[in-house]
Amino acid sequence: MADYKQVVLNASGVNPLKCMRCGKCSGTCPSYDAMEYHPHQFVYMVEKGEIEKLMASKSIYTCLSCFACVERCPRDVEPAKLIEVVRLAVVRQQGRNHLKSEYVPERIDDDLPQQAIVSAFRKYTK
Amino acid sequence: MRRIGVFVCHCGTNIAATVDVKTVAKTLGKEPAVVYATDYPYMCSEAGQNIIKDAIKEYQLEGVVVCSCSPRMHEATFRKMVAAAGLNPYMLEIANIREQCSWIHKDMQQATIKAIVLGRAAIAKVLLNAPLTAGESPVIKRALVIGGGIAGIQTALDIADAGYPVDIVEKEPTIGGKMTQIDKTFPTLDCSSCILTPKMVECSQNENITIYSYSEIEAVTGFVGNFSVKIRRKARYVDEDKCTGCGLCTEKCPVKNIPDAYNLGLSNRHAAYIPFAQAIPNVALLDSEHCIKLIKGKCGLCSKVCSAGAIDYEQTEKTIEQQYGAIVVATGYNPINIDGYDEFAYSQSKDVLTSLEFERILKADGPTEGHLQRLSDGKQPKALVFVQCVGSRESGSTHGCGKEYCSKICCMYTAKHAMLCREKYPDTDVYVFYIDVRTPGKNYDEFYRRAVEQYGVHYIKGMVGKVAPQADGTLDVQASDLIANEQLHIKADMVVLAAAIEADKTARPLATMLTASMDTNDFFTEAHAKLRPVESPTAGVFLSGACQGPKDIPDTVAQAGAAASKVIGLLAKDKLSCNPCTAHSDELKCNGCSSCANVCPYGAITYEDKDFSRRRDGSLIRRVACVNGAVCQGCGACTVACPSGAMDLKGFATSQIMAEVDAICK
Repeated sequence: MADYKQVVLNASGVNPLKCMRCGKCSGTCPSYDAMEYHPHQFVYMVEKGEIEKLMASKSIYTCLSCFACVERCPRDVEPAKLIEVVRLAVVRQQGRNHLKSEYVPERIDDDLPQQAIVSAFRKYTK
Repeated sequence: MRRIGVFVCHCGTNIAATVDVKTVAKTLGKEPAVVYATDYPYMCSEAGQNIIKDAIKEYQLEGVVVCSCSPRMHEATFRKMVAAAGLNPYMLEIANIREQCSWIHKDMQQATIKAIVLGRAAIAKVLLNAPLTAGESPVIKRALVIGGGIAGIQTALDIADAGYPVDIVEKEPTIGGKMTQIDKTFPTLDCSSCILTPKMVECSQNENITIYSYSEIEAVTGFVGNFSVKIRRKARYVDEDKCTGCGLCTEKCPVKNIPDAYNLGLSNRHAAYIPFAQAIPNVALLDSEHCIKLIKGKCGLCSKVCSAGAIDYEQTEKTIEQQYGAIVVATGYNPINIDGYDEFAYSQSKDVLTSLEFERILKADGPTEGHLQRLSDGKQPKALVFVQCVGSRESGSTHGCGKEYCSKICCMYTAKHAMLCREKYPDTDVYVFYIDVRTPGKNYDEFYRRAVEQYGVHYIKGMVGKVAPQADGTLDVQASDLIANEQLHIKADMVVLAAAIEADKTARPLATMLTASMDTNDFFTEAHAKLRPVESPTAGVFLSGACQGPKDIPDTVAQAGAAASKVIGLLAKDKLSCNPCTAHSDELKCNGCSSCANVCPYGAITYEDKDFSRRRDGSLIRRVACVNGAVCQGCGACTVACPSGAMDLKGFATSQIMAEVDAICK
């Protein structure tokens, strides 16, 4: 769907054509093994316009939003921003939030870093 | 009014596809002074030139306008042609309807209108052109080579071989450059020192070559054929003529904890030192920042042991001035500083090295005497990971030190490193992470394939994302394997980073002194990317080696020879014809303010007191500017600086420029 692709490009401000396919994003990703599609594939799939495939994938929720891929990308492609936009597209389409704030306290355990809680809020409550 | 001819070039389809050349010729043919106008597919061809020559005779043309490519391309061609037809070569004007019109427009109607306007401007100018005669200036038959690496050495040897004296100025205490630090060279794996040191020795023995080591360029004035250069010779505190290079002073010197630049800081040296065993000149020097005698006035051990009496604590730096006909820039490259790449743990672990540091590990005169050893514990590494493109091909500001270009040499030297490891230590596992393997060059791809097929180097398409030092001394390398579509963790003992290379830091200030242009990466720009690759746009300044762009040794040596042949071609001439488009001052308008002399980069303007009193009784003496036509290069800076409008440029007079502007705005 070309239209979806345009929406993702506009909303993220990312230009996947800048990618030189080095794979440093996937070499960097701490959540790699939990993902069906990996950061470098994400960028390529957006380039090919396979947005619906991404929207249907669980990978968009396993991204930790740590932004390591954005930090280390040598071409400034910012893969995490694409993932975030696709995630938001799904959330908007469903017309509801994935995580309500009242559910948060019961899910917190001592091992969970604060950063992950903040990141989860950013991801699921827009 | 003068009789003008207009000749419109199609340049094949370069111009004609976007500009309606027939309409341009027809329209310009109706301009008041134009007596003849035509078009032709290639004006620069012999047939095209003959059309112009014939028209000059048939229509008694007094000025010629060629609407074609940039004057940088063919102005000289057409000037020669009009001169052959009996006109003064400066009665020609070029309207650039290619670079400044057809190549940048898509709409034919707009482009055609613009071409006509540019043609009108050229006609307006040529109507005011005056015949000019070029003077001559002598050529000083001596060349200067700045930088004593393999590029500078080869250029100097070739120039000297042709019989011309040449000086090498090298900022380090020895010539040789990066090649002295390298172990083996691709694709033949011959020893770098074995092929370099004979050339270094040849430089020191050739009677046409003078080496100014430990010296830097301080100022450059003059112009092609007549450069005057100030060279600052830093103090070595050792008399070069007396020192025999025995090395006794370096052994006795009590200060011995200074990072050794030759080993990239991987080992230490003394304050009295000779950079390495094969240094040329083989002369010791004292490091003034660390020598106790020079800092505190006590010690003097080196002086006591020196039987040649060469140590001279009183030595000071000297500046010498020398004249040259040509200057060759060979300032070379350096690996970038990779401290910004935290993810590779370069500053955290001694076992994460740059490729040049790894060369020092492999080389027999390096910190490990050529044994593959970890610098942390001296153990032989069993698993090595090589990371390509560290800082190369980066567009982002992410690390602040990345380069957008491909550094060109890394794929090959990494294949070499991997191969050497596997050859000497077959029990090692060697991994190379690559984005693309780029090996164009004679026998280059075969070399890389040999690393894979014969030496069993593991080439993995992907990039290392993180290197984490572990408690057991190993390095956890986290990377992507794009073909297997998986993320890897390799337990490595050593990681080698192929850091991008960049132009030497001395290049930019030097370019300013030489008025030679550079690109945004501080590489020197060539006069024409394809057709004049070893000349800088500044006449008399030539380029050799990596100062022009990343280059390996074979390319550098080829370019060094090419630069030398250009220099020889220049020095072989006795006289050069000068540019007659020089500045001149209207002494009646000049108020002697010195603004022009202050901005003149060539020192062409002097002042004299002139008697303007009618009876010549000295009652009206004024200070006025005089331009030395042989020195002036016609840059025009003075004409802009002059507050009273006294300075003007022949061939580019204010009246001519204004006529062009008027024609465009009409």
